[in-house]
Amino acid sequence: MASGATNIYLPEYATITAAKQMTETEMYFSFKLDSGKPLGHMPGQFAEVSLPGIGEAPISISSSPGSNGTFEMVIRKIGNVTNKIHTMKQGEKIGIRGPFGTTFPVETAMKGKDIVFICAGLGIVPLRSAIQYVMENRKNYGKVTILSGTRTPSQRLFIDELKKWAAIKDVTVLETVDIAEDGWTGNVGVITTLFSKVEIDPAKTIALIVGPPVMYKFAILELRKYNMKHQDIYVSLERHMKCGVGKCGHCQINNLYCCQDGPVFSYADIENIREAI
Amino acid sequence: MGTKKVSQKDFEKWVEKLIGLQKVFGVQSKDDKYEFGALLKAENLRLDYDITILPPKKYFLPSTEQLFSFGESGFNSSVDGEPFILFGVHPYDFVAIRQLDVLFSMKNNDVYYQTRRNAATIIVCDVENISENAFSGFLGFDHVEKGFDLLVTKTGSDYLVESGSDKGKKLLSLMENAVDAQAADISKRSEKWKKNRELLKKQLLKANVNELPAALGKAYDHKIWNEKAEKCFSCGSCNLVCPTCYCFDVQDDFGWDLKSGERTRSWDGCMIENFATVAGDHNFRKNKSDRYRHRYYRKGKYVPEKIGEIACVGCGRCISACVARIANPVEIFNAVAEA
Ligand SMILES: Cc1cc2nc3c(=O)[nH]c(=O)nc-3n(C[C@H](O)[C@H](O)[C@H](O)COP(=O)(O)OP(=O)(O)OC[C@H]3O[C@@H](n4cnc5c(N)ncnc54)[C@H](O)[C@@H]3O)c2cc1C
Ligand code: SF4
Ligand code: SF4
Ligand code: FES
Repeated sequence: MASGATNIYLPEYATITAAKQMTETEMYFSFKLDSGKPLGHMPGQFAEVSLPGIGEAPISISSSPGSNGTFEMVIRKIGNVTNKIHTMKQGEKIGIRGPFGTTFPVETAMKGKDIVFICAGLGIVPLRSAIQYVMENRKNYGKVTILSGTRTPSQRLFIDELKKWAAIKDVTVLETVDIAEDGWTGNVGVITTLFSKVEIDPAKTIALIVGPPVMYKFAILELRKYNMKHQDIYVSLERHMKCGVGKCGHCQINNLYCCQDGPVFSYADIENIREAI
Repeated sequence: MGTKKVSQKDFEKWVEKLIGLQKVFGVQSKDDKYEFGALLKAENLRLDYDITILPPKKYFLPSTEQLFSFGESGFNSSVDGEPFILFGVHPYDFVAIRQLDVLFSMKNNDVYYQTRRNAATIIVCDVENISENAFSGFLGFDHVEKGFDLLVTKTGSDYLVESGSDKGKKLLSLMENAVDAQAADISKRSEKWKKNRELLKKQLLKANVNELPAALGKAYDHKIWNEKAEKCFSCGSCNLVCPTCYCFDVQDDFGWDLKSGERTRSWDGCMIENFATVAGDHNFRKNKSDRYRHRYYRKGKYVPEKIGEIACVGCGRCISACVARIANPVEIFNAVAEA
């Protein structure tokens, strides 16, 4: 064994407690650490998923901390690790390191405020941890608006949960797709087209945005039309990550380390960081 | 902690003794250049070298090292903590090691680096010959007065050896016929330091080092990034030879049984094209100039803001290593300071 305190590069084992296909490219997983301990994350954090012999990938934790010792992830199949995990089933083991990174301000800035969740593409995956948290502690927050956009209807994630959330008092869910398919009767257009249907009081609203890199600029422009303060807008950024613990240098956004200073940033903290958005 | 003076002959005897005691890595000649390698005979030690091809960083962060092996017994990490002596580190390279000490223990401790570092006794030696592109004299990294285990300085036909730690003291106590250095000897060393400060100024740095982070802060859109990067091959040689570069890649491999295997990390470089590429082929530093600028921002601004010291030690290795002749930090620092 390596001497000294804990080894930041050594994963611990977790077992897949559930696995199911969500769309053609996304699969849902729930895991439990073999130690029996909860992962100990807060909404917005990620963990490094290890498949020994294949590699590691940083993946957002999609569930709130409250789910009895298990934690959930949604993984898009795109390369070595993610393709392999798509072939894995309940009962199989993976390695986990984490949780890492900053969190959505569920216990600080968001408390007592109206919340707007802006989820584009896979963005709903990390945001779901915060949405669940808000729903579990509903009385601590004001009005909730969830905007969700995907390319096509068949790429929608967590359809049942969106429906369930929409039924909760003072929760509005608005969905859109870029391209309609047969049978789709909902909104068509990019996610920013939903803003015309939303009322935002800039004095008491916190907005959380997660989506593909190109989307942030446009969503932030919309929010600025409401005169929202920049420190009330939060984003979660993706970068190439190899270590997750501030050493390997891959995730740098100018001087910031996405794995430690992020992935969740307040827009006020990154608006002058040239490589951020 | 005490400085001894010893003759050339007794110095060599002492080195021989150390070789019998521990694994010693020291500077030796390699064709017409120098490199750190396992020292088998005292006579192979070349403390008159100008610069080594690679910095001694490789003894703490090897070019490739295992993070852990895996197999039926789970994840197993081990790192060699066998004591060793690193003989003949130049002051600027020692400064780089001191910086890595801070960076690898900041927030999260890196046990691989730390274990190797704790196992090492570092013998710094003052510069005898000046390499063609050195500029550590401008940075104050031409000599060091603390932090080392031992410091060796050649004064005429003798050696002065100062111990700066208990580890160093122990080794120094093995030296035969050593006498306490006198004030005259110490002042000879001070003279040498003064001389080296002026000699280690082959590349003319005009920029004020303390103002560099602020100057870079204003130079993001300077034309020099494009002008230089245009000629860049994205080969990463400047990263590879740099004593203060420490970025790494992580790689998994299976053994023949396809069940067991290992995870390793290897040196990586921010100048290489896909350093910041994520899935879906989105490259956050797509342009050569973005990568080029990032490297100098790390040296002159990002890392200094973390550790309070410029993260280029003025060794000049990158200048010599770059076939495109564009990797001279002095040119960059001067240009942004002027703007
Ligand atoms: C904070 C964070 C949270 C994320 N959350 C999710 C999530 O919830 N669900 C999800 O499906 N994906 C998520 N990702 C993206 C996911 O990490 C990558 O898709 C994954 O690393 C690809 O690994 P791979 O081995 O399958 O692909 P590879 O075969 O490694 O590579 C395919 C491509 O991805 C790039 N790449 C390699 N390693 C990484 C890396 N560590 N990070 C980013 N790109 C890389 C390569 O340069 C290559 O272009 C997240 C990424 C980050 C940084
Ligand atoms: S940037 Fe160049 S001169 Fe500076 S420490 Fe690195 S290799 Fe040496
Ligand atoms: S050594 Fe020169 S050509 Fe190679 S990456 Fe560095 S600057 Fe570019
Ligand atoms: S992922 Fe390695 S430094 Fe952030």
